[in-house]
Amino acid sequence: MATEFHNLQELHHSASLATKVFIQRDYRDGTICKFQTKFPTELDSRIEKSLFEETLKTLNCYYAETEKIGGQSYLEGCLACATAYIIFLCMETPYEKILKKISMYIQEHNEKIYAPRGLLLTDPIERGMRVIEISIFEDSGSTSSSGSSPSSSTAQ
Amino acid sequence: MTGNMHLGVEEPIRECQYNQICTHNSSPMDTPHTKKKKIKRKWQVFPGRNKFYCNGRIMMAKQTGVFYLTVVLILVTSGLFFAFDCPFLASNLTPAIPAIGGVLFIFVMGMLLRASFSDPGVLPRATPEEAADIERQIDTANGPSGPGYRPPPRTREVVINGQTVKLKYCFTCKIFRPPRASHCSLCDNCVERFDHHCPWVGNCVGRRNYRFFYLFILSLSLLTIFIFAFVITHVILRSNRTGFLSALKDSPASVLEVVVCFFSIWSIVGLSGFHTYLISSNQTTNEDIKGSWSSKRGKGNYNPYSYGNFITNCCAALCGPLPPSLIDRRGFVQPDTPQPVAQTNGTGACPSNQVQSHMAATNPLLHSQPIILGGGAPLQAKTSLGGPCSTLGPSQASLPSSIPGLSCGGELMALRDSEIHCHHHLHHQHFISPEETPSPPAALPCATHLGHHVHPAQLFNPASQDSLHEDSVRGLVKLSSV
Repeated sequence: MATEFHNLQELHHSASLATKVFIQRDYRDGTICKFQTKFPTELDSRIEKSLFEETLKTLNCYYAETEKIGGQSYLEGCLACATAYIIFLCMETPYEKILKKISMYIQEHNEKIYAPRGLLLTDPIERGMRVIEISIFEDSGSTSSSGSSPSSSTAQ
Repeated sequence: MTGNMHLGVEEPIRECQYNQICTHNSSPMDTPHTKKKKIKRKWQVFPGRNKFYCNGRIMMAKQTGVFYLTVVLILVTSGLFFAFDCPFLASNLTPAIPAIGGVLFIFVMGMLLRASFSDPGVLPRATPEEAADIERQIDTANGPSGPGYRPPPRTREVVINGQTVKLKYCFTCKIFRPPRASHCSLCDNCVERFDHHCPWVGNCVGRRNYRFFYLFILSLSLLTIFIFAFVITHVILRSNRTGFLSALKDSPASVLEVVVCFFSIWSIVGLSGFHTYLISSNQTTNEDIKGSWSSKRGKGNYNPYSYGNFITNCCAALCGPLPPSLIDRRGFVQPDTPQPVAQTNGTGACPSNQVQSHMAATNPLLHSQPIILGGGAPLQAKTSLGGPCSTLGPSQASLPSSIPGLSCGGELMALRDSEIHCHHHLHHQHFISPEETPSPPAALPCATHLGHHVHPAQLFNPASQDSLHEDSVRGLVKLSSV
């Protein structure tokens, strides 16, 4: 039942968007950026649970790294304060560096894993870090109808 | 996916002139008629009530009059100090005095501008699909409802570090607010780790600019004390030589400086102390006013965000990582991307063009929307607002608990006493009612000030409407859109 695409380009050209699934934030650890790892039912037929969960875990790890408070971040913070934060006008903050890494990771995974399965992950930064948006595509030629009740994970 | 459409070379200097920005932008009314594809930057279609300058690099609240007052006060007082007192002090005591004063002054201005011009941590509004998805979830959670049945307020509960926290749904932004976020009715945005809306800084204070705000008030306290001390020293030294009265005559500016500094010190130092307490306990002004983590609420009520000790809390607030802005103001709007719902109680059809022109604009700003909603909007937003204004009544009794004698509303400079200040704010057109009151007063005059705030909107609608209408007629439009 899973539609097959060979690459991201093909996905855009020949597929039509069936539905979107949203992975919400998990606030149980406070305000740090972390996404719920519950596997949405709509993706059941599309992708292996383990693959998906691994992607999510990696993303959560990256985000945890951005908000890590430790010796190095304090040093950077103090240095920035000492230069009246002018230094951040010239160079990237550590946070931004990791966000770039995340973008590349998502792009890579989209190309290698998700697009062949008719899925597309949207970088959370483009959605204000609120959700991971997963677009589910249908091959325009196929007759499968998987875009039914799209109630995604609601668990806290 | 990103169209590689550059608009050409950035010309930041030219684009800082408000006139030019105004005439370059076209209103959305024109676009259906013009066949030219005009690529807009996201700040131009930003749904909140903010003003943007320098092609989206600078972001402030809509009403910035008080901010200019702050800048003028600091510049004038410091200017007088450097011009009239420093020469004497440098030659008679040590040149280190103007040097240190200069460094302090630059730091103060730097932090002020940084706090005022940054994005405080605005959460972008939900895209239509997200909003629909959340609506579906809420509907399934609440069950079917008949016509005329008012659904219960939308909340989600989450347990953070053992404390149950309620996440509220924001009707304007169509999202469930993250913990510690709040919707600012003045800016019409949800802001992460919302502290308060500061009219003196002309912006909200939130996650991304709290440290700048704190460093600003801290350095301003030091600067005020510094100037006060050295002006007094100057007058004393002069009086020793020529007598008190002739000392005052020789240096009249000193009197003004002393007066300004004397009245400022109480409020600014008090505010710094208050925020030091907040930082050390990892609370926001919003939470402190509402008493969210106060032990008075019940046994076992504690702050789940605190790291446990004062040093870690301070370091986390001041030296923690600085997240980037989530609203991507200078990014280009993708032509096929559906824009988030710009439902801001009146902005309705024309969400773009937040830029304003101070000079007599060639086109008095674009959409002369009826201004009544300026008062109505805060009222409407109040229903979804978890902020201080809606809870000010019941929590009033507990307000003085943690605050030393503070005068109300952010920093006070050059104003005689808090009562006058409060009334000044009441009558001032740039009235910032709901979010201004967060600096809780202990003094009685401010209690009456708070009482006034029960009906802020009705009090102000006609006045603001008339004066704004007048302004627009003159071509000096101060509001971009309601």
